[in-house]
Amino acid sequence: METTNKMSALHRVLLVLCSLALVAVIFLPIWRIELDAAQYPEGLELQIYSHKLAGQVEIINGLNHYIGMKTLHADDFVEFTVLPYIIGFFALAFLAVGLANKPKWVYVLFGAFLLFGIVAMVDFYIWEYDYGHNLDPNAPIKVPGMAYQPPLIGYKQLLNFGAYSIPDIGGWIFIGCGILLAYCAVQEWRKAKQ
Amino acid sequence: MELKKYLLTGLAAATLLSTFQACKPKGAGEAVSGGAAEKAYVAPGKYDEFYNFVSGGFSGQLSVYGLPSGRLLRVIPVFSLDPEKGWGFSEETKPMLETSHGNVPWDDLHHVQLSKTDGEYDGKWVFVNANNTPRLARVDLTTFRTAEILELPNSGGNHSSPFITENTEYVVAGTRFSVPVDGESGDVPINTYKQNFRGTLSFVSVNKENGNMDLAFQIETPGVNYDLSRAGKGVSHGWFFFSTYNTEQANTLLEVNASKNDKDFVLAVNWKKAEEYLKAGKGKKVTGLKYAHNKYDEKSHTSKTEFKTETIVLNAEELEGLCYYIPCPKSPHGVDVDPSGEYIVGSGKLAALIPVFSFSKIQKAIEGKQFEGKFGGIPIIKYDAALYGEVEKPGLGPLHTEFDGKGNAITSFFVSSELVKWNIKDLKVLDRVPTYYSTGHLMIPGGDTKSPDGKYVVAYNKITKDRFLPTGPELSQSAQIFDISGDKMQLILDFPTIGEPHYAQAIRAEKVKDKSVKIFKIEENTNPYATKGEKDARVERKGNQVHVYLTSIRSHFAPDNIEGVQLGDEVYFHVTNIEQDWDMPHGFAVKGARNGELLIMPGETQTLKWVPDRIGVFPFYCTDFCSALHQEMQGYIRISKKGSNVPISYSVGTNLPKEGTN
Repeated sequence: METTNKMSALHRVLLVLCSLALVAVIFLPIWRIELDAAQYPEGLELQIYSHKLAGQVEIINGLNHYIGMKTLHADDFVEFTVLPYIIGFFALAFLAVGLANKPKWVYVLFGAFLLFGIVAMVDFYIWEYDYGHNLDPNAPIKVPGMAYQPPLIGYKQLLNFGAYSIPDIGGWIFIGCGILLAYCAVQEWRKAKQ
Repeated sequence: MELKKYLLTGLAAATLLSTFQACKPKGAGEAVSGGAAEKAYVAPGKYDEFYNFVSGGFSGQLSVYGLPSGRLLRVIPVFSLDPEKGWGFSEETKPMLETSHGNVPWDDLHHVQLSKTDGEYDGKWVFVNANNTPRLARVDLTTFRTAEILELPNSGGNHSSPFITENTEYVVAGTRFSVPVDGESGDVPINTYKQNFRGTLSFVSVNKENGNMDLAFQIETPGVNYDLSRAGKGVSHGWFFFSTYNTEQANTLLEVNASKNDKDFVLAVNWKKAEEYLKAGKGKKVTGLKYAHNKYDEKSHTSKTEFKTETIVLNAEELEGLCYYIPCPKSPHGVDVDPSGEYIVGSGKLAALIPVFSFSKIQKAIEGKQFEGKFGGIPIIKYDAALYGEVEKPGLGPLHTEFDGKGNAITSFFVSSELVKWNIKDLKVLDRVPTYYSTGHLMIPGGDTKSPDGKYVVAYNKITKDRFLPTGPELSQSAQIFDISGDKMQLILDFPTIGEPHYAQAIRAEKVKDKSVKIFKIEENTNPYATKGEKDARVERKGNQVHVYLTSIRSHFAPDNIEGVQLGDEVYFHVTNIEQDWDMPHGFAVKGARNGELLIMPGETQTLKWVPDRIGVFPFYCTDFCSALHQEMQGYIRISKKGSNVPISYSVGTNLPKEGTN
C-alpha cells in the first residue's frame, strides 16, 4: 500500500517549520531563573542559553558567596559546548524527516526528542542539586538543614530570595516543537492503523 | 435710670472690643484649607512629579527635593567640603575646590539654573554660583555630581549669576561688589570707587555636547552693585538684563548711602552685538590673570585644575549699542522676563510698586534715541519710554517674579511677607497669600521658561521662627508649597530646607530620572590607581609613599592585613569598589585620619591620604552598611618605627592566627 507509506503534507510542513524554529532556539534563552528579595524589588535574572549564561550572573555570584554556593561560570559546564550541536542535530533531523516523507522516521524522531528532553531535565536537576547542596563549609551564613537547590520548575523560597524557575522563549519553542512532533506522530500512527 | 445707662454703655464697649478682636487678622493656623494634605501627598514608594533643585545658601551645597511632597532626595556637594561623601577630602575631589587663592573649602551658593534648549529645560545640567569667591559650577544630571567649577577673574562676589540664555549659549556672572581689576593696579584708596572700581559681567560659554564652560568674554561697566539678571527669550533673545543698585557708587555704609537715588538701573546688554564686536576684534586681551578651571572626569573618577591667565574684555562705554540703562525704582533686586520675552519685570526691594518694561518699547526708545543722559558713558533710556506699566499697590518690597504660563505673574514680597499674583497684561492684582515668613525667592516649575508648568509655586523663606518644633536658637529654613492650579493660591505644605535657600528651579521628573546612572562600569574605570579585581590588590612602596591598592566588595577588603609601613610614611589608600550592583556603595575610614572618609560608588576608585602619627596597629573599616556582614568588613594596617625591618606584606584570608602562647 503506497499511500500509507507517505506522510500528510501538513505534517511535513510542520516538521520543516519546527526545524527552523529549533535553529532559532540555539540563539535564544532556553530557561530562566528569576530571583526576588526585599532589597531587589527590580528582581535579578539568570538566563540559560544553549551556549552561555546571561543576566546578572556576577551579582548573583556575589550574593551566593554568603551561603557558600559555587560561583557560576559557563566554562565549567560541558553542556554549553555540546548543547548547540545537539539542538542543531535535531534541527537537521526535523528537516530530514520532513523531507524524507517516511512516517516511521517520525516515530523514531519523537522517541529521540522525548529522550533528549528527559535527559536534559535530569541533567538540569543534577546541576541544581549540586549547586544547591555542595556548599562551602566556611560559608558565612549556615542554616542547619538548609539547601539552596532552585526549583526545577516553579517557585521556591530560598532564605530571603524567592526563586522562580521557568522556560524562557527558546524553551517554549522547544516544548512547542515537541508537542507538534507528538501531534504529527500520533496522527501518522492513527492514519497507518486505519 | 443711671444703672441702665451704665449697662448700655458697658455693653456697647464690650461689643466694640469684641468687634476689634474680630478685625484682628487670623493666625497662620487657619491659612490651610481642606484637601491640602491630599495635594501634597505622594504615597510611599511613589515618585514625585518634579525634581526641585534648591540652592543651599551658606551651606555651599545644592539640595534636591521632590515636589509636591517636599521630601529631601539628595544634597549635592558643590562648593563646600562634605565629609559624608568624601567631597573635597579624597585626593580625587580635592582639585575641585582649588582657586587662585588656594583650596577654598566653603562658599555661599545662591542661584540655580537648569540648562535650556529652545527656552525649555533639557534636563542635562544645573548651573550654580559661588557668591563669596566668585565661581560657577556645573552639576551633571546623570550623576547628580559637580562636574566642573570655573573661577571668575575681575570679580568680587558672584551674585548676578548663573543665569543662562535660551539655548545655554552663555551662563553669566555679574559681580555683586564692583572692585578694581585684578592685579597690582588694584592697590587704590577705597574711596576712589568712582574712578577705579569696575563692574565686570562675565559671559561663560557652554559646550553643547559636554557642557564644558569657558570664559568667552567680559564686559567692563561702571562700578555699581550687580544684583540679579535674566536672559531675554523669544522676541528678546540676544539680550540680557541685569539689575543694579548702589548707582550712588558708595563705598561705605551702603544701607544709607546706596539707598538715596529714587531710581537705580536695569542694564540691558545686547550680547549678540557683543559677539559681533568680538569677531571684529574690538575686545581687549587682558593677560596676567589667574583663575582656576576644575573639571571632574567620570571615567577616571578624578578632577584636575588648570589655571588660566587671559580673557577678552569689551568696554561698554566705548562700544556703542552694547549696553543701555533703564531706570528702575528703589534698588532693584529681581529682574525677570515673562514667557514671551516681551515683558521685563523689575523689583525695587524698597518700592511699593512693580514696574513692567516692554522689550519692543525699549527697542523703539533706542532707535529714537529717547535718552535722558548717560551714566559712566552708557546711555540711559527714559523711564517712560521703556515702561509698559506699573502694578499699583502690590505690597511692600517686591523681590522676585515667576510666571505661571497662564498670563499671570507671581511676585514675592519680603517686607509684607506674601506672594502676590497679578496679570501681566492689565497689571491688576488677582490674589495674595501670606508666607511664613519673609519670602525671598519663589519658584514655579519652569517659571523662567517659555512654557511654565503652572501647577505649584514654592516660597523659600528667610525667617522660620515657629513653623516647626523649636531646635534652639538655630533653626532650619522653611519653604511653602502652594497649589496655583485654581484662581486662588492655596497653601498645601510646609517643609524645612537646608542652608538658606535662594533661587530654586524644578523640572518634570521624566526629563531627568531615566538618565540617572546606576553604577560606573568597572571596565571603563581609567583611574591610574584603580584595582579591577582582587588579584590585582597590592601594596607598593615608593620612597616614603605607600600606595595601597584596595578593593572592596561585600563584605571584605583586599588586602585586609597590611604590614611594613613605617612612621614617616604617607599612606595612600586607593579604594576601588568592585561591586557592579545598584546602590551598593562602600565606605572607607581609618583610625586617626585627619581628613575624612571615602564613600565609593560601584565601579569607582577614590583615594584617602593617611599619615600615621604613631606606632601601632590601626583598624580600617567600611562605613556604609553594605550587607549582613558589614560589621565584618574591616582590616588592619601595622605601623612600625622608622627604619624598621618589617617588610611590606599584604594579604586577605591567608594571614591566619599564630598558635601558641604569648
